[in-house]
Amino acid sequence: MTTNGTKEKIRSFLSKYIKKKDLKEEDELFTSRLVNSMFAMQLVLFIEKEFSFKVENEDLDLKNFNSINAISAFVERKAAP
Amino acid sequence: MRTELTPEQSEQQEAFRAFADEKISPEADQYDRDERIPAETLKRLAEKGYSGATIPKENGGSGMDMITYGLLCEEIGRGSASLLSLITIQTMVSQAILKWGDDSQKAQWLPKMGKGEILCSFALTEPEIGSDAKNVGTSAVLSDGTYLLNGRKKWISGGQIADLFLIIAQCDGAPAAFLVERDTPGFFTEPIGDMMGFRSAMLAEIRMEDCRIPEENLLGRIGFGFSHVAGTSLDFGRYSVAWGCVGLARACLEASLDYTEKRKQFGVYLKEHQLIQGMIADMITNLKAARMLCIHAGHLKDSGDPSVIMETSVAKYFASRIAVKAAMDAVQIHGANGCSSQYPVQRYMRDAKVMEIIEGSNQIQQTLIAKYGYLIKD
Repeated sequence: MTTNGTKEKIRSFLSKYIKKKDLKEEDELFTSRLVNSMFAMQLVLFIEKEFSFKVENEDLDLKNFNSINAISAFVERKAAP
Repeated sequence: MRTELTPEQSEQQEAFRAFADEKISPEADQYDRDERIPAETLKRLAEKGYSGATIPKENGGSGMDMITYGLLCEEIGRGSASLLSLITIQTMVSQAILKWGDDSQKAQWLPKMGKGEILCSFALTEPEIGSDAKNVGTSAVLSDGTYLLNGRKKWISGGQIADLFLIIAQCDGAPAAFLVERDTPGFFTEPIGDMMGFRSAMLAEIRMEDCRIPEENLLGRIGFGFSHVAGTSLDFGRYSVAWGCVGLARACLEASLDYTEKRKQFGVYLKEHQLIQGMIADMITNLKAARMLCIHAGHLKDSGDPSVIMETSVAKYFASRIAVKAAMDAVQIHGANGCSSQYPVQRYMRDAKVMEIIEGSNQIQQTLIAKYGYLIKD
């Protein structure tokens, strides 16, 4: 999948949970409090189901989850052979 | 929405039902009076593999799918809500370890939990912190390869007997989760008695005074203790409670059907009175709706769908409400008998009320559900 394709899927998912029409790829999701406490696990489940890998203990780093760019880079790193 | 059970799930359901009928329901009022679940009962649960219901077989558990686990919670909840709470906390902690534990933590704890050799407890709530759970006051400080815990936890189910506790604390101002063994120096539990409901859930208050634990007892990472570790636990907690409420509402219905077929007023059985029929009809309808929400959440859980978090919240909110309604009506139908210790419906009413408070109060669920409604409006 291309980076743009990955980002589009992430954006589509985020649109169900974030009411910000012009969400930018670098906008911070957690540190800017755009999301509630349940969102963290919803995002984990989305990543696991959509991209077919498990998010694990060593992946728990805000750098992996805090923006569309961050999630996309995380997904591509995990998907790399 | 799929609602039918597989042949294997139906078979398991029959086994759970028989177990609850034979081993739990006849004794549950005594548990309530004694304010404790006997060790023998917990041993029976372990022998059946119910203590490690959702732990995969390769980790030493029973490997139940989520629908089967829900059916177990329904039957246990029908017998004793207090006993259900002990299964709930075991699941909450085991799932947190399964999801966020490292290989060493999984190997150390899951097989013992799966066999029921150790009982776990989940400790988030504090004397001054309930719904505002992100702001717990318990502190953890890293020093010389160990964490030093200080603080108090309150209303902790199973706290009187649990061997292993999942403690949510603040470490440098960030939420973190820790596994703490009962016999750790500086770790103390005090029983909480004379509760209105969940009387035999063996609640305790916990004090940690310079309680020193190894660095490797951190579960997950610093900063992720609430959102991810407790988030995993609470999602499973809500799921277990939702199904338990279906069981509790069924107990109310079954007691009411039985009572209204045996008691006469004005020369006819109670079941012939239309206002009684109204309450019975509401119990049946609400019960079916709650069960469908739980089954829906179960299928989403089995498929790992992100919508399961919200759908489980909806199921817990609805099921706990209808359990309270069913229990209130069951007591009403039983009249003065229902207020006495000769009938279990008064226990159902006391326990049902607790269901509206635990694993995120219903007001918290309402807030989250309503906000989600506005989000998906467009």
